[in-house]
Amino acid sequence: MKVLVVDDETDVQVLFEQRFRREIRGGEIHFAFAHSGEKALAYLNDHASECVLILSDINMPGMSGLELLRLIKTTYPVPPPVVMMITAYGDSASYDQAMQLGADAFLTKPLDFTNLKEKLKTVL
Amino acid sequence: MEVASFLIVFFMVRYIRNSLQTAQQFPEWDRILVIVQYAASGLLAAEIFLDSDFTKWIWHLMLLGMVGAAYLLKDFRPVRNLWLAVGPYILVSLFSDIIAIFDSGVYKTIKDILDVAQIFALVWLIATWVSSQKQQKALEKERIKRLQEEEQGRIIANQNVMLEQLVAERTAELTRQKEELEQTLSELKTTQDQLIQREKMASLGELTAGIAHEIQNPLNFVNNFSEVSVELIEELKEERKRDDRDLELEDEILGDIAQNLQKITHHGKRADSIVKGMLQHSRTSTPQQEPTDLNNLADEYLRLAYHGLRANDKSFNATLVMDFDDKLGLVSVVAQDMGRVLLNLFTNAFYATEEKRKTGLEGYQPTVQVSTKRTEDHFIEIRVRDNGCGIPQAVLNKIYQPFFTTKPTGQGTGLGLSLSYDIVTKGHQGELTVDTEEGKFTEFIIRLPT
Repeated sequence: MKVLVVDDETDVQVLFEQRFRREIRGGEIHFAFAHSGEKALAYLNDHASECVLILSDINMPGMSGLELLRLIKTTYPVPPPVVMMITAYGDSASYDQAMQLGADAFLTKPLDFTNLKEKLKTVL
Repeated sequence: MEVASFLIVFFMVRYIRNSLQTAQQFPEWDRILVIVQYAASGLLAAEIFLDSDFTKWIWHLMLLGMVGAAYLLKDFRPVRNLWLAVGPYILVSLFSDIIAIFDSGVYKTIKDILDVAQIFALVWLIATWVSSQKQQKALEKERIKRLQEEEQGRIIANQNVMLEQLVAERTAELTRQKEELEQTLSELKTTQDQLIQREKMASLGELTAGIAHEIQNPLNFVNNFSEVSVELIEELKEERKRDDRDLELEDEILGDIAQNLQKITHHGKRADSIVKGMLQHSRTSTPQQEPTDLNNLADEYLRLAYHGLRANDKSFNATLVMDFDDKLGLVSVVAQDMGRVLLNLFTNAFYATEEKRKTGLEGYQPTVQVSTKRTEDHFIEIRVRDNGCGIPQAVLNKIYQPFFTTKPTGQGTGLGLSLSYDIVTKGHQGELTVDTEEGKFTEFIIRLPT
């Protein structure tokens, strides 16, 4: 299973790689990283139907996570992958908008990795 | 000759009454003098009807009495010299009358001489009278002149007093006005300080959400990296207990731990610098210029401004483009002040893109760009460009005026650009210029000497 993580903070990559090192080492999960919405879209176009799950930050300069979510849900070939949104602002407006756009989960920062792992396992 | 005596008495009484003003000064003497006048008139009438020789002695007595009284009495001192005028006549007429009684022979021989002497005495009297009148007139003139001068002197003195009073009043008024102005000036200075402080606080308020977000991110990293490091150490311990130790894995784990600790330090410092920046921003004192990494400063404040607006308005978004000159080096600036300038320019830039976005333009991507450059003429140039609504020509020359704002009431203090302009030009001897096209873009250019 391949997970695409979209966040403008580059250290997210190091963090995910360490937090999921057992899973990565065990070959259970593969990670790909994109540092903006635009790069995420480009990656998805290059690696069509590879990713089964997208984890995206909402607050990013340029294309926001919500815009990315909308584009994925409206333009990505079927079946649309699971998209989980992450935000530092756990406000209801963002939550409602994300859900309306078809997000599968809404997580708030700081991320609870134990919780995240469980969610990923249910998807698997 | 008795007519002459009568006239002398008559005029003498008049003279005394006039010159002594007896009617006012000595009412009793005045009454006596009036009686004397009536008595003289009565005597003249009696003489005409009685045709007596005796009356001439009464005339003599009357004349002597008056001259004597004038000479002796204290009240009549000013007319004391009457005897000088009247004396010769009295003497001559008295002498001729006495001679006529005692020796009519002698009288007859010297009668002509006596008559002539009497006429001379009369002439003398009249001459003295006229000269005295003249003298008196001159004196009177002098007196009036003196009175007038005195009057004038008094008027001038009065006027002086009035003028002095006026001057004093005006001086007091001016002093009062000066004090009022000084008071107003000091109040204005205080107000200005307060306004500047309020502007700082207002921008701090705008920043707070951005700061919270900016601190939360590094904190999350610090927490996550330390948690994961604990896990890694556990894993390492387990690995070391095993009989078939995978040394390669152990090295990898150790490397990861070292890397995590570096990350923790990095993000800790990041949070630290944000807090420091926030404290600096709210400080009122004017710190010294210090060598500053302007790229870093611009990056930091662009993020703060962005996240500050993001936090207030969830629908807000913009692309941030940073184009930093690596060869910029350290530039001597008051970091806190320059940070405020940048923050202000960024906030304005984001506001402009937001205004344009609200017009519902199709396919509009709000973009705010910051670039730094060391120019060939040895200036440091910071450009803050947005593709927002631009500045209309009509207000372009007002943007640096204090309190000028295009934002709705209560949303902008109108001091941001005015303070920024002062900081760049007065604080750093630099230039702040603007290039804009309405509806297309705005670019502020800070030029600092090196």
